[in-house]
Formats: sequence, structure tokens, C-alpha cells
Amino acid sequence: MVLTYLKVFAVGGALCMIGQLLINLTKMTSAKILVAFLLLGVLLEALGLFDAIKSFSQAGITIPITGFGSTLTKGAIEGVKEDGILGALTGGMKAAAAGLSSAIFFGFVISLICKSKTKV
Amino acid sequence: MLSKTQYLELDKRIAPKSKEGQTLWIAFLVGGAICMIGQGISDVFSLILPNADEKVIGQITSTVMIFLGALLTGIGVYDRIGKYAGGGSIIPITGFANSVVSPAMEYRSEGVVFGVMCKMFVIAGPIIVSGVTAAIGVGLIYWFIGVL
Repeated sequence: MVLTYLKVFAVGGALCMIGQLLINLTKMTSAKILVAFLLLGVLLEALGLFDAIKSFSQAGITIPITGFGSTLTKGAIEGVKEDGILGALTGGMKAAAAGLSSAIFFGFVISLICKSKTKV
Repeated sequence: MLSKTQYLELDKRIAPKSKEGQTLWIAFLVGGAICMIGQGISDVFSLILPNADEKVIGQITSTVMIFLGALLTGIGVYDRIGKYAGGGSIIPITGFANSVVSPAMEYRSEGVVFGVMCKMFVIAGPIIVSGVTAAIGVGLIYWFIGVL
């Protein structure tokens, strides 16, 4: 149990550290960093490596945006298995629906309720 | 008039030195901590719903994390963390929620449709476009290999 959390902390922290290193070295904006890590998740899933890392570090790889890329890709692959070529289109969004919908819904509701603070 | 190299030299001398080594460790600590919170949420829901599929637990976890990220952004806490944590607060899924809520709130004054709805995906849009496109690409390749 404690070991699991240590692994989660180490892997998740390391990913964020790499992201910060990219920010320091290349002055990439946060959108580009997020896209880069998302595509890393897509690549790992496509190569079949994601599950191995996941069984080792669990939330350490799924909570970073790499997990979102993996969910989309895994959904598309499973979609192809079930529905053929149409599944490549529908599978990814179906699998990622919880994340996408909640981002849209909570994002919209909270933006309406909360007032923007002046930037410090 | 300064040449480009002169300007860069001047910039290097005058700009405040960001303690780069320190930012790396803060990103590591904050990012690791957020991932541990995610693991905690996932473990709690596995206990509450012992028969649930791993996929369902994952969906609940990302929903809760996105809600937390959006809420903390709404009350102004997340951006305060982000000022110090950099990559540590950007890369976890809570950072995705932050990138949705932050511009939406900022442009609230331009109205609900043209402010909030239009600007919500100013930063997160590329993430969705690239992710969905890449996933469809992988799916098509997978289908193509299967057909051969």
C-alpha cells in the first residue's frame, strides 16, 4: 500500500519534473506541454507499453494528461475490435467521454458562478 | 540600437534569475502529490464499489479530479499553486480542468456566449484536437493491420 503510493508519487512527480524541465529549457507554453504529454500517452498506448507502466505506477501515469491520451487511444483500438473502421472514429471519444463531458460541464458551471480575481 | 546578441546578453544580466533547479523539485513534489490524491480517490471508490469495472473507477476518478481542478481554479487557489508549481500543476488532469476554467473566467465579462463558451477551449482546444486526431489515426492503423 505505502509502496504503491511511493511509486505513484515518484512516477507522477518525475513526469511533472520533465514537463518543468521543458518549460525551463524551451519556454514552451502550457498548451504545448500538455499536447506533448498527451501525445506521449497516445504513443505509449499504441505501442502497448502503457499497461505495463500502469500496472507499476497506477495513478502516477493515469492522472497526468498521458492518461487521457491513453484512454482515447485504447478506446479507438477497442472500437475497431468491436465495430470495425467506424469504431476508430467513435471509440476514442466514447472512452474519454467522462473526462471531456465533466471538463465542459464543471468548467462552464464554475466559470458562471465564480468571479475572476484580478491577477496577482 | 541593440543587436540581437547584445539584447540577449542584457536580458540575461537584468532578468531575475529563476532558480531553475528549485522549480524542478517543486514541480516534482506538487505533481507527485496530485497523483497520490488521484490514487487515493481511485482506492476509495474501489472500496465503495467493490464490483465496479476498473474502467468505471478510472472514469469516476478523472471526473472527481477534473471537478476539483475546476473548483480550485474557480476559487482562485489553483493558479496560486501554479505560480510556484509550474509543470507540477499543468501536467496532471487537474491542470487540464484549470486550462478550461481559467480563460472562461477571464473572459466572463464579454458575456456568456462570446466570453465563457467561446474562450473555454482557447488553451484546451489543441489538447482535444490533437488527442482525438491521434487516437483516430492509431485506430485506423490498427484496423488496417487487421484487414491485411
